[in-house]
Amino acid sequence: MNIPGAIDCDIHPSIPGLDALLPYMPDTWREIIQIRGIDGLNSISYPARSPLTARPDWSPEKGKPAATLAQIQRECLDPFGSAIAICNCLYGVQLLFSEDMAAAFARAVNGWMAAELLDRDPRLRASIVVPIQNVELAVDEIERCAQDPRFVQVLLLASGDHPLGKRMYWPIYAAAARHKLPIGIHAGSNYHNPPTAVGWPSYYTEDYVAQAQAFQSQLTSLFCEGVFNRYPDLKVVLLESGWTWLPAHLWRLTKYWRGLRMEIPWADRSPADVVRSNVRLSLQPTDAPPDAASLQRIIEHLQSDELLLFSTDYPHWQFDGMAAIPAGLSPALVRKITVDNPRATYARLMELVR
Amino acid sequence: MNVQNAHSAAPQPAAASRMAIADCDIHHSPRDFKMLYPYLEPRWRDHLDQFGMRRRMGNYSGPQYPKSQPDASRRDAWPPGGGRPGSNLDFMRTHHLDANNIELGILTMIRPHPGGFQNVDLSAALCRAINDWQVAEWTQPEPRLKASIVVPYEDAAASVAEIERWAGHRDVVQVLLLSRTVEPLGNRRYWPIYEAAAAAGLPVGIHAFGNGGQPTSSTGWSSFYIEDMVGHAQSCQSLVSSMVLEGIFARVPALRVVLIEAGFGWLPPLAWRLDRNWSRLRAELPHLHRLPSEYIRDHIWLTTQPMEEPEPSAHLRDTIDWIGWDKLLFATDYPHWDYDDPRTAIPLRLSAEEREAFFISNAQALYLRPQGDRPGTPDSVTRTRQKETFMHTTPHGQEMPR
Repeated sequence: MNIPGAIDCDIHPSIPGLDALLPYMPDTWREIIQIRGIDGLNSISYPARSPLTARPDWSPEKGKPAATLAQIQRECLDPFGSAIAICNCLYGVQLLFSEDMAAAFARAVNGWMAAELLDRDPRLRASIVVPIQNVELAVDEIERCAQDPRFVQVLLLASGDHPLGKRMYWPIYAAAARHKLPIGIHAGSNYHNPPTAVGWPSYYTEDYVAQAQAFQSQLTSLFCEGVFNRYPDLKVVLLESGWTWLPAHLWRLTKYWRGLRMEIPWADRSPADVVRSNVRLSLQPTDAPPDAASLQRIIEHLQSDELLLFSTDYPHWQFDGMAAIPAGLSPALVRKITVDNPRATYARLMELVR
Repeated sequence: MNVQNAHSAAPQPAAASRMAIADCDIHHSPRDFKMLYPYLEPRWRDHLDQFGMRRRMGNYSGPQYPKSQPDASRRDAWPPGGGRPGSNLDFMRTHHLDANNIELGILTMIRPHPGGFQNVDLSAALCRAINDWQVAEWTQPEPRLKASIVVPYEDAAASVAEIERWAGHRDVVQVLLLSRTVEPLGNRRYWPIYEAAAAAGLPVGIHAFGNGGQPTSSTGWSSFYIEDMVGHAQSCQSLVSSMVLEGIFARVPALRVVLIEAGFGWLPPLAWRLDRNWSRLRAELPHLHRLPSEYIRDHIWLTTQPMEEPEPSAHLRDTIDWIGWDKLLFATDYPHWDYDDPRTAIPLRLSAEEREAFFISNAQALYLRPQGDRPGTPDSVTRTRQKETFMHTTPHGQEMPR
């Protein structure tokens, strides 16, 4: 593929190591890290050597995948020809229990991305990593980073302490709406709850497959709690969520909304309507049926060509070669997914991309 | 709760021409919890009176999330003579079985299902009592009804004993678990249950609900009953992933699993996602010899209620084509509020073969396979009942959520 103006909505730079963050921390935290012998915040969401974490040809012999600008340019930006790529850094800030330490790490990650990536390649944008452990501190970090127009989104994880629709999180949505920042929810967990509603699974494969269920739960929560009634212009982007589950999930949510809306009387529009106006999903992974005809059917079940946003999910191994876009999509739909839909979603890109 | 029947009247007696159907999810219950006491040893009656059930949740009685209707039931399902919906066999006959020409009704006891109680000895004792009660008071008097035996599923050895106690009994057609468990159901702590069920020729039904002590989502406790209800689809996706990826179907090829009241539209995308990730991560799963979707296709059945209702309804046909027309089992969920009416439940034009499969023959093929013929009541039940005097009591005040 090489589509002029394509916007890659989900790439993952790695923090090369804890040392890389130290220059972006105040002396007190540098000292704490040294005195306490704190390890890097590496999450089990993406084990370093798991095949999914880095495609074989994007997995360096030494060091981490996607850990330098040169790697990102050579392996992702240049070959795919993207006009813009949005960096979603999955460093394990959310794993922490200390609110203050989380705030320090979030700030350092955002500082590292601005200086090491955004300053050095005009194609790159980033999502704001926030210390969601403390909503007030998360809002502070949004306010701080929002001054820089290259931060285009707020980044949250698909599983945390509480469902994201809960009112306690609404100040984050107010801040995001104020600055025209979508809320990006990415696959991953802080693992403060078991990764499934039926407990801890034995295998990494189950954990990764279960990410789709986490997104389903979050979509239910955001809808039921009325987040979009309160913030009608807020966009939520589900990142690395898979998307072929969406139609069936909306059938079920709509059915129970019809039966139980007395419990959530503010929910005055159907879940499908709300998703069409406020929710988007990244293209990769495409958990597609085995045949092209069925892929066409599931795309038709979406009943909208505006929901999907192009992503490579670099350096995660979701496809081989250049096949970031599943075969069989119409040119018109490819244009929507790669260019029009991302531009309509990310208000801050409109000012920069022509 | 079909949209199509939102304004329809209560079921009328069936025309003679209406086809006989199977209903694979009917909820019965004792009129009063203490009607189970004659089937319980005195120790456990005293225990229940003093300490209650303790179900891995904080509510002493009733559900965590208040329901939308009294007893989560249709308002017309309360027996005229009193008692809970589903507690009067005569009324169930006229109101449901006769009215809908139900030839085969699968009883799925969840009011209560004691399988997840914290005290596993109580769990086992109450499971035994419920199974004895339902065969004596439901399936023996009403041959259209068949029982699912409840088992103390957090204690595999005790579950195996209960399965073996009933193996070959002609009224018993299924082993029943709930979906929200202490660990994902593919975990090997549960394997002896599957091995025993397969050996007895019984499918394992997994009904949505239960309490495993985990939050109801991977991101914590939701606020609303609607989230709890929608969330069963997520819990059940996780348990299907677990059963497939742990390799239980590779290990027990005769195992048949029925997901009850969990929806079914989510199954094809889950199977696609499992296949895709297995292809990447199979180094972790050397015990699987086939694609995850192939295990699902061969080993998993689903009941239809709550029916998926896409708009346009043609999308439903795609979904059933992907799952397989031989894998869905019609169910009403009588007497619950989100009941599906057989006259309007499926908004598709079906061929004669599809209609037959959907409404009855899939269920017959699954549940009525030849499996020995041991009529009557187990000796242990007869002994228990002879010893005890039937007790009429005031409502005990501790009822299970549905």
